[in-house]
Amino acid sequence: MTSPVHGGPALGDTVLDDRARPALLRGVRTKFDTVRKIWVLLAPERTLKLDQIGAAILAEVDGERSFAEITATLAEKYNAPADRIAKDARAFLVSLIERRMAEARP
Amino acid sequence: MTETAAEARTTAAPAVNPPMAMLAELTHRCPLSCPYCSNPLEMAAREAEMSTGQWADVFREAAALGVLQLHISGGEPASRRDLEDLVAAARDADLYTNLITSGIGLTERRLRALEERGLDHVQLSLQGVDAAMTDAIGGYRGGYARKMQVAEWVTAIGFPLTLNAVMHKRNLDRLPETIELALRMGARRVEVATVQFHGWAAVNRAALMPTREQAKRAREIVDEARERLKGVLVIDYVPADHHAKFPKPCMGGWASTGLNVAPDGQVLPCHAAHTIEGLTFDRVQDRPLGEIWEQGAAFNAFRGFGWMQEPCRSCDRRAIDFGGCRCQAMAFAGDPAATDPVCSKSPHHAALAAAAEADSAVTDAEMTYRVTPR
Repeated sequence: MTSPVHGGPALGDTVLDDRARPALLRGVRTKFDTVRKIWVLLAPERTLKLDQIGAAILAEVDGERSFAEITATLAEKYNAPADRIAKDARAFLVSLIERRMAEARP
Repeated sequence: MTETAAEARTTAAPAVNPPMAMLAELTHRCPLSCPYCSNPLEMAAREAEMSTGQWADVFREAAALGVLQLHISGGEPASRRDLEDLVAAARDADLYTNLITSGIGLTERRLRALEERGLDHVQLSLQGVDAAMTDAIGGYRGGYARKMQVAEWVTAIGFPLTLNAVMHKRNLDRLPETIELALRMGARRVEVATVQFHGWAAVNRAALMPTREQAKRAREIVDEARERLKGVLVIDYVPADHHAKFPKPCMGGWASTGLNVAPDGQVLPCHAAHTIEGLTFDRVQDRPLGEIWEQGAAFNAFRGFGWMQEPCRSCDRRAIDFGGCRCQAMAFAGDPAATDPVCSKSPHHAALAAAAEADSAVTDAEMTYRVTPR
């Protein structure tokens, strides 16, 4: 399993609590790019190519379910250790929050 | 290999990836007359502009080709009365749709209509932090007040807002206030974009060229603000490249990621490409967009690395900056295939740096404002 964010995000002061409900901000959405056959994240002045893990994480992010619920779902779906999933998902979502593409709703 | 530049221009370049983004210049008409306008000195008249249906066709072709993001620009795109229909056509084609506007010509009602049509994002230009500077640069009285009003409507509706703050000699000292203003306006992003000296800006070098000290200070201010505002305000920074040691990776490499469609349907690899003598541009009315992208003469002129001369050809930075900007090479070296004279390895670098130094020292230059087309 590779990290969805290359180069490793700077975690800074941004925290993503287990109970927080992550959501993409308005104007940020995923799309399956039928020309390149990959998932992309479209945002103001930015297009991010998503790898399988990134796409899988964002498929669960809906602003309703908590981070803990999301990682539990992913761990079951992909039969992977929950702590490992949580580490990857947290790093990825924090990087999106710091770039003003996502938010953590209380 | 003894391939000449002329041969390289007629040879199909290696694997052509689909474009990611398209800039659609709906019109060259604009209520503002900024002295650094990126439109050409010779602008397209209203009668030459493509119709709603023609633009809708281009959007569909672009999406099929692989374009993901559409930047709707001008001139002032709100000067087109069919802007709302064009945004609807872009969203129907499944393009991420960004409106690049001065704000002039937008009303709350039009913005709500654009929301209904699915507009994704608004980028609003900012010429200064107060009415005196903004209205003087834009040449439009009341412009600042109008922009502040438009920004309020944009954020009240809930559109993500990016401010495009164009910086130069006359307003760079107020960069900290510019960033604070972006925060107060509720922007999610701000682009601190130093003027690039093509077209109208090239005419106004003496009035706009920042000093070396201003450029250095701007970098420090941006670095500090980025750290402090992480997760609050994203800051993109386009530096003043005439004071740099290496050139910018212009367009991420010629004809590699984006294309530009002019009001009359001409397709350009970048918005300043018309300044390069000898290039010819196809029109979307005459040839499929995909064919223009893959086979168009202007697109293949500087695609890949085959066109490069020394010192670019053997340089270990050639895949980092792609030889820099072709338009700058044309303007200063008189040869669009030369190394961008911003590069310290260019034989023209000393002359470019001296000219930038001299222009930055001028304190009383008059500005030549752009003239809007019929």
